[in-house]
Amino acid sequence: MPNIYVPKPDSDTVVYVRDLRTWFPVRRSFIDVVRRRPPLYVHAVDGVSFDIKEGETFGLAGESGCGKTTTGKTILRLVDPVGGIIAYRPRERLLKEWEAIGYHPKFIDEYKSVDISKIPSKYLKPLRKEMQMIFQDPYGSLNPRFTVYKILEEPLVIHGIGETKEERYDLIVRVLEQVKLTPPEEFLNRYPHMLSGGQRQRVGIARALLLQPRFIVADEPTSMLDVSIRAEILELMMELKERYNLTYVFITHDLALARYICDRIAIMYLGRIVEMGNTRRVLENPLHPYTKALISAIPEPDPRYRKILRELPIKGEVPSPINIPPGCRFRPRCVTYDKTTEIQRYCETDEPPLMEVEKDHYVSCWLYGTPEEVRELVKK
Amino acid sequence: MLEVRNLKTYFYTTKGVVKAVDGVSFKLNKGEVLGIAGESGCGKSTTAYSLIRLVPPPGKIVDGELVFEGRDILKLSEEDFRKQIRWKKISMVFQGAMNALNPVYTIGDQIAEVLMLHKHMTKEEAMKEVYKLLEMVGIDPKRAKSYPHELSGGMKQRVVIAMALALRPPLVIADEPTTALDVVVQAQIMNLLKRLQREHRMSIILITHDLSLIAEMAEKVVIMYAGKIVEYGTAEQIFLNPQHPYTRGLLASIPRLTGDIHKLEFIPGVPPDLSNPPPGCRFAPRCKFKFEPCDKEEPPVIEVEPGHYVSCWLHAKK
Ligand SMILES: Nc1ncnc2c1ncn2[C@@H]1O[C@H](COP(=O)(O)OP(=O)(O)OP(=O)(O)O)[C@@H](O)[C@H]1O
Ligand SMILES: Nc1ncnc2c1ncn2[C@@H]1O[C@H](COP(=O)(O)OP(=O)(O)OP(=O)(O)O)[C@@H](O)[C@H]1O
Ligand code: SF4
Ligand code: SF4
Ligand SMILES: [Mg+2]
Ligand SMILES: [Mg+2]
Repeated sequence: MPNIYVPKPDSDTVVYVRDLRTWFPVRRSFIDVVRRRPPLYVHAVDGVSFDIKEGETFGLAGESGCGKTTTGKTILRLVDPVGGIIAYRPRERLLKEWEAIGYHPKFIDEYKSVDISKIPSKYLKPLRKEMQMIFQDPYGSLNPRFTVYKILEEPLVIHGIGETKEERYDLIVRVLEQVKLTPPEEFLNRYPHMLSGGQRQRVGIARALLLQPRFIVADEPTSMLDVSIRAEILELMMELKERYNLTYVFITHDLALARYICDRIAIMYLGRIVEMGNTRRVLENPLHPYTKALISAIPEPDPRYRKILRELPIKGEVPSPINIPPGCRFRPRCVTYDKTTEIQRYCETDEPPLMEVEKDHYVSCWLYGTPEEVRELVKK
Repeated sequence: MLEVRNLKTYFYTTKGVVKAVDGVSFKLNKGEVLGIAGESGCGKSTTAYSLIRLVPPPGKIVDGELVFEGRDILKLSEEDFRKQIRWKKISMVFQGAMNALNPVYTIGDQIAEVLMLHKHMTKEEAMKEVYKLLEMVGIDPKRAKSYPHELSGGMKQRVVIAMALALRPPLVIADEPTTALDVVVQAQIMNLLKRLQREHRMSIILITHDLSLIAEMAEKVVIMYAGKIVEYGTAEQIFLNPQHPYTRGLLASIPRLTGDIHKLEFIPGVPPDLSNPPPGCRFAPRCKFKFEPCDKEEPPVIEVEPGHYVSCWLHAKK
């Protein structure tokens, strides 16, 4: 009987989320309100659990709209969840700062984790320093009317870092050196449009780094860049990670890239994790029908299979995240479901949890356990 | 079937002349797929626009020959080109076209319009053909009445492909036909292109920044850098025996799904400003093999093995 995944923190855990849900209300028309139609929600994140260890790079992958960005933003409380917990183990520095402003967080486990989803907004500011985001779009995420200097000074001012202008200047010069925009003086007075895509992304990284974070959500940080310069940015991110002992959530839709970057990976589909484990294991031995389909679709720069039609074991299209199919949400697209009559009744009625199929390799599919077994386990 | 000789297309902007395509030559045989790859801004789309003579202003084709089925189609009058060549003989799937479908017309009407305009069909005749075309690209003909917003990205791309195929041209140019699509949908569209190419013996020019997609289809590959072709050869030559430092760098920067995890390489720096390209080899500022002649004189094109051309001083020396 397989184990069911429940995030269990240990002394190395920095972040874990349990049953995280982030829904966005769908705008209702006047008629909907008059007719008292029930409100509808986009189930962007719909029951996600995982844990991340200090110094780890944890990958979130899946197709467009599966909820990667929303998961990342929710962990940072850039959007609020409707349910679940987001546990984060603060550094001493943060605890002191909270204490200084009169906030005494409740610890939810023996490792002094705090449930971020419960922190009142007015106490979030000190937390922002510890948890930062690098955005996908180096064009859109920098204010076009600000110089690089101004872009980087802003967070320092907001968080009251650097007493004087000189101190802030020094910090900014130093961070530009860290992200290899050298000589820094040459970049300080440039506007974003005077930078290449790669340089802009470095400014984005510099901005995240300035506040000396411990945990960074990097949302497809290289997907807008030309392939020839991607590795340069990734190398920089990994170097900084080693140097400052950072922990990353690395969001990507590129599974081949994830293989180089991520220690562990979670494959998402329609707001849930369908498979999770060591990146190489998951990619070399995918167990969920969706992961298998994704992998079969990835082209490789090798002409030997030219013109051969790819077999894509998946049908239909991604359904709307407003009306989630009952049972297993992948069922309408699942070819395995069609072929495996003995599990069909489960697929139709029960949502499969993440089950441990191999050591530390979790899969959410009734091929690997039955609802009866799961209920037994839950009872225990 | 098509021979492009020394094509030059420049944009005459207020800030200077952007030499977007600067002396491009290649050949395409009937029924063949040619891939054109290179970084953003290297002139791929401008090359494509030049082939159907739709270079947007302030751009102009300033030199070269486009020999198509035996005659130079650059010499045709605009009227003759429109009547005889564009869309009938050479059509194009434009970059981003799926987002440019007209939102107020059904997709059936939009495809029908191509047929009515070029083939002077009646609406009924055109609609019959529309159903066939939709079927061909894997859309249920019943969806002809759908509006673009009712379709997924993949389906819109199929519609755009159907429009390009409407007059059954022998040559179709597909400019980034799967960019912005998810990997599964991308593979489905690539399957469609492969099938259509095989069944209709079409020639395709596939333009993409993604070398992996080119490996999926193309017999011949052109690698462009800063408005010029740096390497040209068969897919086997380019992928298994790349010779230009830029091609090698590009291939080494692509993460692989299988095999050993080597260190991903990158090419330092950025492509040059095309209104003020560096003297000599345009890749020289980023090239780790640069030596004396590189930034003085433009490298010659060398045939390193039959049909495999490289523009690099490293090979000229040998
Ligand atoms: N602010 C919002 N209001 C309403 N719906 C939203 C909002 N943000 C995201 N969504 C929806 O939530 C779902 C998940 O979106 P999200 O951006 O998290 O996906 P993603 O996996 O990051 O996709 P991509 O790969 O395209 O970036 C999508 O259906 C999206 O349309
Ligand atoms: N209308 C225009 N006016 C001025 N310059 C232009 C115009 N269109 C393109 N260019 C310039 O010509 C060069 C080549 O552009 P082109 O669109 O052909 O590149 P591309 O290889 O298709 O790039 P991408 O991969 O981004 O689509 C670029 O430097 C671009 O800035
Ligand atoms: S639970 Fe059933 S429908 Fe879902 S992925 Fe597994 S086989 Fe397919
Ligand atoms: S000509 Fe010189 S600079 Fe250009 S690619 Fe060859 S070696 Fe490098
Ligand atoms: Mg996203
Ligand atoms: Mg283009």
